Amino acid sequence: MSAAATATASPPTTDAATATKVLSVNNIEVIYDHVILVLKGVSLEVAEGRIVALLGANGAGKSTTLKSISNLLSAERGEVTKGTIEFRGKRVDRLTTNELVRMGVCQVMEGRHCFQHLTVEENLLTGAYTRKISRGDLAEALERVYHYFPRLKQRRSSQSGYTSGGEQQMTAIGRALMAKPSMILLDEPSMGLAPQIVEEIFEIVRDLNTKERVSFLLAEQNTMVALRYANYGYILENGRVVMDGDAKGLASNEDVKEFYLGLSTAGRKSFRDVKHYRRRKRWLA
Amino acid sequence: MSFFFEVLIGGLLSGVMYSLVALGFVLIYKASGVFNFAQGAMVFLAALTFVGLREMGIDFWIAFVITLGVMVVLGLLTERIVLRPLVNQPQITLFMATIGLTFVIEGVAQLVWDSQPHNLDLGIQDVPLPWISDSTGMNISTFDITAAGIAAVLVTSLALFFSRTRIGRALRAVADDHQAALAVGIPLQHIWGIVWAVAGFVALVAGMLWGARNGVQFSLTFLALKALPVLILGGFESVPGAIVGGLIIGAAEKLAEVYIGPMVGGGIEGWFPYVLALLFLLVRPEGLFGEKHIDRV
Ligand SMILES: Nc1ncnc2c1ncn2[C@@H]1O[C@H](COP(=O)(O)OP(=O)(O)OP(=O)(O)O)[C@@H](O)[C@H]1O
Ligand SMILES: [Mg+2]
Repeated sequence: MSAAATATASPPTTDAATATKVLSVNNIEVIYDHVILVLKGVSLEVAEGRIVALLGANGAGKSTTLKSISNLLSAERGEVTKGTIEFRGKRVDRLTTNELVRMGVCQVMEGRHCFQHLTVEENLLTGAYTRKISRGDLAEALERVYHYFPRLKQRRSSQSGYTSGGEQQMTAIGRALMAKPSMILLDEPSMGLAPQIVEEIFEIVRDLNTKERVSFLLAEQNTMVALRYANYGYILENGRVVMDGDAKGLASNEDVKEFYLGLSTAGRKSFRDVKHYRRRKRWLA
Repeated sequence: MSFFFEVLIGGLLSGVMYSLVALGFVLIYKASGVFNFAQGAMVFLAALTFVGLREMGIDFWIAFVITLGVMVVLGLLTERIVLRPLVNQPQITLFMATIGLTFVIEGVAQLVWDSQPHNLDLGIQDVPLPWISDSTGMNISTFDITAAGIAAVLVTSLALFFSRTRIGRALRAVADDHQAALAVGIPLQHIWGIVWAVAGFVALVAGMLWGARNGVQFSLTFLALKALPVLILGGFESVPGAIVGGLIIGAAEKLAEVYIGPMVGGGIEGWFPYVLALLFLLVRPEGLFGEKHIDRV
């Protein structure tokens, strides 16, 4: 546990002590439009082969965190103004998304963002854009995706805009897989999907994690499901990490339970709910 | 009856040339959401450069390749100097920028070459095809048929490029969803550069055909305006729309000129397409082939 001791030097501590860390985000600050301060010093780590959940209510800054890692921020007039991001020991916060994808970091955006007028298979093929590979290897990569998502194989020639929400989520994940990433930033895969489909998708995520050794950083509002599949979790509130710990611990934590179970009956949380909650109780980091 | 078909076919064939100009618009609009007002000026520049090189005694294919080079470089420069700094700006800003670009291109073209009208000879004669006039009595121009053939080849190869190649798929992906394209690692600027270069190529083909038919002169720049009704009819985002729209406008204006023209004193060819487009706007504002927005989530 000597590594754990060094890790405490840069809080918060994580389970990265026992495995090599793939991704580390160190105290980043993000500003949109030069004035809107959204992330106020977020730090987190993802260890090799883990699923790490990034939890929090609407507007907490989950998507912003993922986008600062994949550098999709600039397209939205956002900017990382402080802190560093490292992938496998290299600074990556000045790299373009294209360079990151080539290094093996790929984001699946919130709301799936399939190419609606392209077929499912064409969607998958665009995922391999950064890899200049032969036709044979491309076909093999496709088969690998179809192996995990047999449903996509059936729907391969359908226009993706006309497939179901679950199928679109699968397409989006499959498309990212085509880039052969070692780390996927997965933003709200459960959004708007029936519980059964959510389970199906999370099972596949776990499968990819164990069989393909893909590490995941998973932003979710669906706290309880995410914690069941994740190894570790961070809770974001208002642009700050307010709590982190291993998934089991978080899932049984009374505060987490109260917060999320209390609101789970109200359906999707709104910003008002969050404010209400914050008046009631504050997390202590 | 054979006169009707003669007019119809003549109209369709000249419509093919409208399609070519409209195609240049569609490519850029689809991929980057920019309505490129400078497309007409690009056609003019291409035709003027080509004819200028030819008049210097340069071989046909060498002149073609040099002009293509000029158009591709122009496309890449436009993307880099004009559009890249304006990324994330409202569409109207980008549109204004292309209007500015139009004047720059027109000015430079006439500075480098001159503003005299030139004749461009592609070696294709504008005479009736003998075997058609012998067998059916209709006069169909060899030039029109050849131009249509060239346009068909161009469109088919573009279609194959879009559906079969890695870059082509990336182009369509960018057209569909910029953000998602970025996320999978497609470099947008790279793709926009390619689109402008392809649009430059299309402008070159259009410029050569139009130049050979009507002479290379400043009025070529007004082609951009002629493409407008075609785009309204076909939909701004649709390649098949540009083609079918061009054919319809071409045929309609010729038929109107011949059959309605005499009733109102003639000369309606110039404005009839706009009336047609306006009427069409009332019925189907997204155009014949305008892409439907898929609302399913
Ligand atoms: N492009 C933008 N410009 C300005 N502010 C933004 C932008 N994108 C996000 N924000 C703001 O940043 C904050 C965090 O947004 P973010 O999308 O990261 O939250 P989130 O945790 O992913 O929420 P959700 O669960 O709703 O997806 C919000 O208050 C939001 O309004
Ligand atoms: Mg989000």
